[in-house]
Amino acid sequence: MPAGRCGDRERLRRTCAGANPSRCEVSVSALRAENVFKVFGRRSQEAVRRLRSGATRDEVKPLGTAAVIDASFEVQQGETFVVMGLSGSGKSTLIRMLNGLLTPTAGSVHIGDADITAVSPAELRRLRQERISMVFQHFALLPHRSVLDNVAYPQEIRGMAKAERVAKAEEAIALTGLAGWESSLPAQLSGGMRQRVGLARALAADTEILLMDEAFSALDPLIRREMQEQLVELQSKLGKTIVFITHDLNEAMYLGDRIAVMRDGRVVQIDTAEEILAHPADEYVAKFIADVDRSRVITAGAVMRRPISVVQLGGGPGVALRELQATQGTAAYVVDRRRVLHGTVYDTDLLAAQRRGDRTLEGVVRPDTSAVSPETPLSEMFAPATEAQLPLAVTDDDGRLVGVVPRVKLLEAMVPPEADASAPDLSAAQPSGTGNGVTGEHQAVGAGGNEAMASVPVTDEPTTEGEAR
Amino acid sequence: MNDFRIPVGSWADSAVDWLTSNLSALFRLIADVLSWLFDLAELVFTTPPFWAVILVLAAVAFFAKSWKLALATVVGLGLIYGMNQWDNAMATIALVLVASAIATVVAIPLGIWAARSGVVSAVLRPVLDFMQTMPAFVYLLPAVILFRVGVVPGIVATIIFAMAPGVRFTELGIRQVDREVVEAGHAFGATPGRILRQVQLPLALPTIMAGINQLIMLSLSMVVIAGMVGAPGLGQPVVQALQSVNIGLGAEAGLAVVILAMYLDRVTAALGDRAPVSRALKVRAAED
Repeated sequence: MPAGRCGDRERLRRTCAGANPSRCEVSVSALRAENVFKVFGRRSQEAVRRLRSGATRDEVKPLGTAAVIDASFEVQQGETFVVMGLSGSGKSTLIRMLNGLLTPTAGSVHIGDADITAVSPAELRRLRQERISMVFQHFALLPHRSVLDNVAYPQEIRGMAKAERVAKAEEAIALTGLAGWESSLPAQLSGGMRQRVGLARALAADTEILLMDEAFSALDPLIRREMQEQLVELQSKLGKTIVFITHDLNEAMYLGDRIAVMRDGRVVQIDTAEEILAHPADEYVAKFIADVDRSRVITAGAVMRRPISVVQLGGGPGVALRELQATQGTAAYVVDRRRVLHGTVYDTDLLAAQRRGDRTLEGVVRPDTSAVSPETPLSEMFAPATEAQLPLAVTDDDGRLVGVVPRVKLLEAMVPPEADASAPDLSAAQPSGTGNGVTGEHQAVGAGGNEAMASVPVTDEPTTEGEAR
Repeated sequence: MNDFRIPVGSWADSAVDWLTSNLSALFRLIADVLSWLFDLAELVFTTPPFWAVILVLAAVAFFAKSWKLALATVVGLGLIYGMNQWDNAMATIALVLVASAIATVVAIPLGIWAARSGVVSAVLRPVLDFMQTMPAFVYLLPAVILFRVGVVPGIVATIIFAMAPGVRFTELGIRQVDREVVEAGHAFGATPGRILRQVQLPLALPTIMAGINQLIMLSLSMVVIAGMVGAPGLGQPVVQALQSVNIGLGAEAGLAVVILAMYLDRVTAALGDRAPVSRALKVRAAED
């Protein structure tokens, strides 16, 4: 999905410039920062001039503190864009420039086609009311107002009639799982619940863009995980444009369609999570990702291989046995003509079926319960992989077998790319990205036979050899 | 060195001279308004019979805090009546209420202004120090010259002396409001005025109320000094007791001041606790 959305920007521009503006809706820039600088201090303009001509952050220290240096990026509609960096990297300053809470020292920020760095205060307020809302690290709720009144507050500011804004707030409250807490005060809620109120408030504002400033950082790890999952689920329903700030790389990789890594005020890399893992832009990013939980980022789709031991449901036991001999295995996956996975067959059952004279495999297929989807992260595949006799099957939404993940592949994927010689192999599987690449494979598989899987690069024979076991 | 002298004193002299000769009309107007306000307040407290006033004040105590405070109010005010200081006490309450009401009305906007502007804050701070620490007798003199002897210089001196905590606490309260909550107001497109009304003032209210409480306490501490320039109230018997070395009278008047002080302190503090924010935060304390 990320690759498709942000792919060929030049082409998109041309499409948008054409006679049919409705096509722009497919992929439009929702938020754009152009060469944004923020320097705190009396002589900020001069600091920017020096930074532009190549001075470092430390060199301009006497002129002011350079919080953000020459940041440019574009967030597409419906995208979750994560800005990740350690404290002091300028990410909080950056997000506050996106809705004008801070004014850039130089550069411009566009919401849609409005340049918020050049509008009047009244116009800026209108933009904030209608286009862009925000969730805060420490929730920033009004302590003397009930949950309902807090959630309704943005619409109150917009001047919506009471009944209407209450209805809107109720909707957001239901979405975030706060139903029943409407009349509670924030002090009565736990941290996670309070941030749900913060999220509901931002949703009730009914804006297309949502800024989330370290929104989950103040929560306990378990609650944080729960909130991340809820956000992903909400996002799949609502399709907002989200800019999410975090210092937690795992969170960044879990949530982000694309991630901007910031260091000392500069954006050092903007890419998808898997791209960053495979091709870190510099030493700093490489060091950063060294301790990322790769098992949560890399998905089945990224590491799956062409299945070797596959037999047709319609073929007889004899055909299947010959197939097993060819792959020197003891079991095989069974698919039908549409390549829908039906289960597994074992050599002993096949021999018995051949003796009985069965004409198809239907009597000996055992259902396979461990199949995963291409989006399943590796972390959820270890348990089934330890029990399975065959490499884990990867199936799409229609139950079609699109690939397999051998156990050795699982382990290999857990090793950072620069650590050993298997690195090129891992990255070779990744450029296709999860979403886009897999979609292509689905179509190819649907079209026909075994060879359709050729779209997944099969690089190393030793591994495929092992797959059969 | 002996010959050299910075003539601060004569500057002050000529400043007051200038004020008397040029702005006497303005001062007369101020004097008229203040004495009218005081008369009105005193009328309210002295017209009804003493027991009615006690009942009303006890009812206020009951609604602000508890029946215990109401009971203590009845006992304390009863004692004042019994000591024959009732009229003086009512005059003092009237003076304190007028002075602190005016001081509050001036102090809160000044505090808000100081909270929003560093420059204003920096300018106000030494002025407030001056008002609060300059011995009251020093500015009582010009006050007497400008307003003549009576209740008005007493009220003016009280306002000047008592205003500082009102300004300071208001500024502090607003500056202490969680930055993120104010940011949230901006982020959802609220106007600065709305943020002040709906975010900053409600959240700063407990602190502002503490300032007003301090302000009232300080005004009460000025009654004796006000009594010296002829303002009616409990200051009069105290001054009289000082002059005639009348320990008994001094003790009675002093005790009456203490009773009034405790009453006003408890009631205003209780009102501060009833601010929506304080109550909202207490909800959790009760649950924990």
